[in-house]
Amino acid sequence: MRNTYKTMNAIEVHNLVKGYKDVSVLHDVSFTVTRGTVFALLGANGSGKTTTINILTTLIKPDGGTATVNEFDVGEQASKVREQISVTGQFAAVDHVLTARENLILMGELRHVTDPKQIAAGLLEKFDLNEAADRPLATYSGGMRRRLDIAMSLVGDAPVVFFDEPTTGLDPQSRAGMWRTIRELVENGTTVFLTTQYLDEADRLADTIGILHGGRIVASGTPAELKGTLSTGLVELEFGDEQQVSTAQRVLSAQHDVRRVDSKLLVASDGTVGEMVDLFVRLKDNGLEPTEFSTQPPTLDDVFFKILDDEKHEEKEERHADAH
Amino acid sequence: MQTLTDTWTMAKRSLRHTTRSPDTIITVLLMPIGLLLLFVYVFGGALGTQTGSIDYVDFITPGVIIMTVMSGIAYAAVRLSTDLQQGVISRFRTMPVAPSSVLSGQALSSTASNLFSCLLVIMVALAVGFRPTTDPLAWLCLAGLLALLILATTWLAMFFGLLAKTVEGAGAFSYILLLLIFISPSFVPTDSMKPWLRGFAEHQPMTPIIETMRSLLVDGTPGPDIWAALAWTLGILLISYTAALSVYRHRALVAAAQ
Repeated sequence: MRNTYKTMNAIEVHNLVKGYKDVSVLHDVSFTVTRGTVFALLGANGSGKTTTINILTTLIKPDGGTATVNEFDVGEQASKVREQISVTGQFAAVDHVLTARENLILMGELRHVTDPKQIAAGLLEKFDLNEAADRPLATYSGGMRRRLDIAMSLVGDAPVVFFDEPTTGLDPQSRAGMWRTIRELVENGTTVFLTTQYLDEADRLADTIGILHGGRIVASGTPAELKGTLSTGLVELEFGDEQQVSTAQRVLSAQHDVRRVDSKLLVASDGTVGEMVDLFVRLKDNGLEPTEFSTQPPTLDDVFFKILDDEKHEEKEERHADAH
Repeated sequence: MQTLTDTWTMAKRSLRHTTRSPDTIITVLLMPIGLLLLFVYVFGGALGTQTGSIDYVDFITPGVIIMTVMSGIAYAAVRLSTDLQQGVISRFRTMPVAPSSVLSGQALSSTASNLFSCLLVIMVALAVGFRPTTDPLAWLCLAGLLALLILATTWLAMFFGLLAKTVEGAGAFSYILLLLIFISPSFVPTDSMKPWLRGFAEHQPMTPIIETMRSLLVDGTPGPDIWAALAWTLGILLISYTAALSVYRHRALVAAAQ
């Protein structure tokens, strides 16, 4: 199924718009996913992640804009798109009357693979479900159902795989297993699209991250690029006495964003040598000498909260402008 | 070709659901068999005087068979609605599966399991004195008509199952169909009804179907109502099939997602 393609992109989304009744969910969403990479769509609850996945997997139609998966349009060529994808939704969509083995064989038969039984046996082994393979699902724990759900979406080796919040509600061990599965998929050339609310998950797994907020992609790039957009790495400074702390705070506030936590000062900085030298020279000129200092590089959390902060400011300004 | 394979796969799945929940088969059979016994042994003495030359058990057996069908097909709606709530339908809809196969498979398995239920009810009727004078050809006609009726009402049930917001709601619609059986010549001749009700009872879809079945079972011939019976069942089948498939294809059925 892995043919030659015209573009590098497994997924292309342009100006997607979707609303339900009078609630607008997606305003104008655009992004691309390079073939054979992991893309993480990051956003809070209700930000439209699942709506985006539902559109890309042909479950719902957008109100505007276009989306293609392996160059097939999700609206016009839905059945072609379905041959390219497999989906694991947010809730385990498994047949509770059948056994795990029967669920997997059912997927194999529906995907017209040559040997459904053998594929089922392999996946049961891989996902540690062998012991319970022939028991009805009613006896399964939530974690086991989730594992089966994911195994079912791997039957047939679809070239583009969607996971909607794959690790929400999983214990740490299953979570690590899930991450391993995603890495293996990508090693074999599969394109993975996942949504998550966990920043560390996106940071670890994704080649590219898109941050969805207020119905728009407010930032996107590699984890490193996103962190690079911030000058908000922190320098942590400690001083000998209270007098010095408050003087230092006054002195540095002129150039930097400074926060005081107990007897420490947290100074926003891009962490470059030039800026560090500048900072220490200014302290020395004022007769101040920190007793201890350390630096913290920006994290994806910082990026996320900064973006949300900026958005809030903009909204406020817009409202302000509207009022006049 | 792919549609046929997929339909068969779906039918196998759906049949497994039926055979693994024998309680649903018992529930389906309980009411018609209970009513059969009630009518024959309790009400039969009083009502039986009104059915003329026909023995009362022979008179009511067609109605009891149809009642079996109406309570049986409700499970098609319930199972479809359950699949919808559990996200299984959403999963199928993202797969390269012929869209009609999900519903057709369910319809096939519903037809098979309901024909089986009907067979069991006929055996109980025979045990309590039902004496049909039917030749093999008439039995074949009866089986064909029953299969068509089950298929048509299963598609109708699935249409409601797709629209229902809850699994309970999906099961409730069959009460309407059960009511239609009582307001028909199933258990008492229509001339004993009030005139306004009689008009309805004689022209509603269940009536020609019951009359044809009775004619096949008692006289061994389809009788004059066969064309009306076929027209109603084929009409219901065609409309329900189109409506159910259209709902399945075009509505956003992302039930469990929110």
